[in-house]
Amino acid sequence: MSVLVNKNSKVIVQGFTGSEGSFHAQQMIEYGTNVVGGVTPGKGGSTHLDRPVFNTVAEAVEKAGADTSIIFVPPAFAADAILEAADAGIKVIITITEGIPVKDMIAVKAYLKGKDLTLIGPNCPGVITPGEAKVGIMPGFVFKPGRIGIVSKSGTLTYEAADQIVKAGLGISTAIGIGGDPIIGTPTKNAVEMLMNDPETDAIVMIGEIGGNYEAMAAEYIRSTGNRKPVVGFIAGQTAPKGRRMGHAGAIIGGADDTAEAKMRIMRENGIFVVDSPAEIGDTMVKALRGEAVNA
Amino acid sequence: MNIHEYQGKEILKRYGVRIQEGIVASTAEEAVEAAKRLTEETGTGWHVIKAQIHAGGRGKGGGVKLAKNLEQVKEIAGQIIGMNLVTHQTGPEGKNVHKVLVAQDVYYPGVSETKEFYVSILLDRATGQNVIMYSTEGGMDIEEVAEHTPDKIFKEYISPVVGLQGFQARKIAFNFGLEGEAFKEMVKFITALYKAYVETDSSMFEINPVLKTSDNKILAVDAKVDLDDNALYRHKDLADLRDITEEDPLEVEAGEHNLNYVKLDGNVGCMVNGAGLAMATMDIIKLSGGEPANFLDVGGGANAKTVEAGFRIILKDPNVKAILINIFGGIVRCDRVANGVVEAYKNIGNIEVPIIVRLQGTNAEEGARIIDESGLKVSSAVLLKDAAQKVKEVIESVNA
Repeated sequence: MSVLVNKNSKVIVQGFTGSEGSFHAQQMIEYGTNVVGGVTPGKGGSTHLDRPVFNTVAEAVEKAGADTSIIFVPPAFAADAILEAADAGIKVIITITEGIPVKDMIAVKAYLKGKDLTLIGPNCPGVITPGEAKVGIMPGFVFKPGRIGIVSKSGTLTYEAADQIVKAGLGISTAIGIGGDPIIGTPTKNAVEMLMNDPETDAIVMIGEIGGNYEAMAAEYIRSTGNRKPVVGFIAGQTAPKGRRMGHAGAIIGGADDTAEAKMRIMRENGIFVVDSPAEIGDTMVKALRGEAVNA
Repeated sequence: MNIHEYQGKEILKRYGVRIQEGIVASTAEEAVEAAKRLTEETGTGWHVIKAQIHAGGRGKGGGVKLAKNLEQVKEIAGQIIGMNLVTHQTGPEGKNVHKVLVAQDVYYPGVSETKEFYVSILLDRATGQNVIMYSTEGGMDIEEVAEHTPDKIFKEYISPVVGLQGFQARKIAFNFGLEGEAFKEMVKFITALYKAYVETDSSMFEINPVLKTSDNKILAVDAKVDLDDNALYRHKDLADLRDITEEDPLEVEAGEHNLNYVKLDGNVGCMVNGAGLAMATMDIIKLSGGEPANFLDVGGGANAKTVEAGFRIILKDPNVKAILINIFGGIVRCDRVANGVVEAYKNIGNIEVPIIVRLQGTNAEEGARIIDESGLKVSSAVLLKDAAQKVKEVIESVNA
């Protein structure tokens, strides 16, 4: 089963012929992802990486049956690319682009509301279902198939968590990089919910960071499920100063509730096994699965 | 991007928001000239001299003073320009004042009492829309109002589809308890302010206080404006408002090398790929008994050049007693990063602080071997917990 992407996903790359798009499309193809083509306006009819190039997403849907898109379009044009994919009927839109203006994303979010599709990102590493499909920029070899789901705001920290899970003798069902921007398509709670309802996921790693209230909302949801599956959590930025932006556009402490400390407390109160050190994610997951993890 | 009060007010005025008028000055003499001109233009008798720095709490720190005549303008401007202003937002080291805003006195007596309000506009992340936050408790620290009298803070959410509506602006004016001319003025003020916010791609406006004058005008006495860095490409004029003298010189230098660096007060420097892992690495330093000296994200392309630039910036901070490099190589191969570290180390020469390099991911073992065989005073780790342990040992030896 897994979630969002699998071996049947028909993936197109928006920004296919650009340097980022080309490089990562090649990597995805080598991984075994079913990349059915790409979109670069004005280059339709040509071939790139042995795949057809289309002028529009609608054409890619019609001619190649695309249902999933990954976007590498530069920030100034990325909102337009997301809207084009949505308008063409793409069901899973994964936006890697970093640096999209907030005003553009406010409009995108409003347009997508109520539509039957999922936007992941922007400013994210993408989604991987190991052994089936990699629709993102993550190093595929780190993610071995298994039954642990990962939800994370950060790229390299996702790889770190996956690596620890694999080294602990476990594997990954699906890893979802939700992105580090102030406005993202799929908040932590929605991503956790997908994994909670996935029969092939036994437990979840949830990685957040300072800023916003997504982790608190997810924690309350997890409790509302009766903590059906164990969740191991980590929040990056315990040492981040207030009011300074730490790399990600969304990683800024605005009020008392979006500090790492507050989020960790809320997560613990809702039955999540929170680790203080990111080095303990793997070991804690093993304990959680054995019923030996301590919530403190 | 933060800008100065006087710059923020210029933007507001352009969009039809009434402001406390003022003229910026860099010397006491310029301040006197500015005061004369302002009296001619606005009829103001007294002048307010306001330090222009990127931090709040200026009044309490002695950076805002009233001058009742031109001698006082000269004297006060002379005191404030060049002073090191310490406020609760600058940190104990304070900030140097290079400019003052000579502003009109707007608290003059008249037919009615003056009254102060609070208005801010920002993004509500949970709903993905802008929100106007406002309070009758103007001129006070809004965080204190939120803590002690949260019922005095109101929020008006703005639909991204239709934008701010007239009824919403009227609701705000009614909630402020205004009537007659002041009510109409407030509706105009809120409407123009929101237009300015949206059209400049701002990420925050904080107008504290908004003043109802004794003759029922509504105006912005202060203006904190924060612009969305990601949107500056479409606002060339606003991008030019950047004042790098307000920024940490090391952060400016890092930006020139496309490194994302934030200076902190600790003793262990770090260099990491990825913002989330960089924050997590700072947390590990703290858990190992140290304090992070910085946040530094070298981004996707960790190579010899970026690593060297990162080293040089971290080493300029005299508080740094050790450095932890934490790279998770995905697309970036660890052996290349390791060679980059060795090369950068040799190029810089005489690095005296211990360095721990943790390389994980593609070709991690190869990377560790390169570090170990380099003969440099660098220790390697592959697992994050090993790196944490090594940081701990180094900190203990430094503190011993």
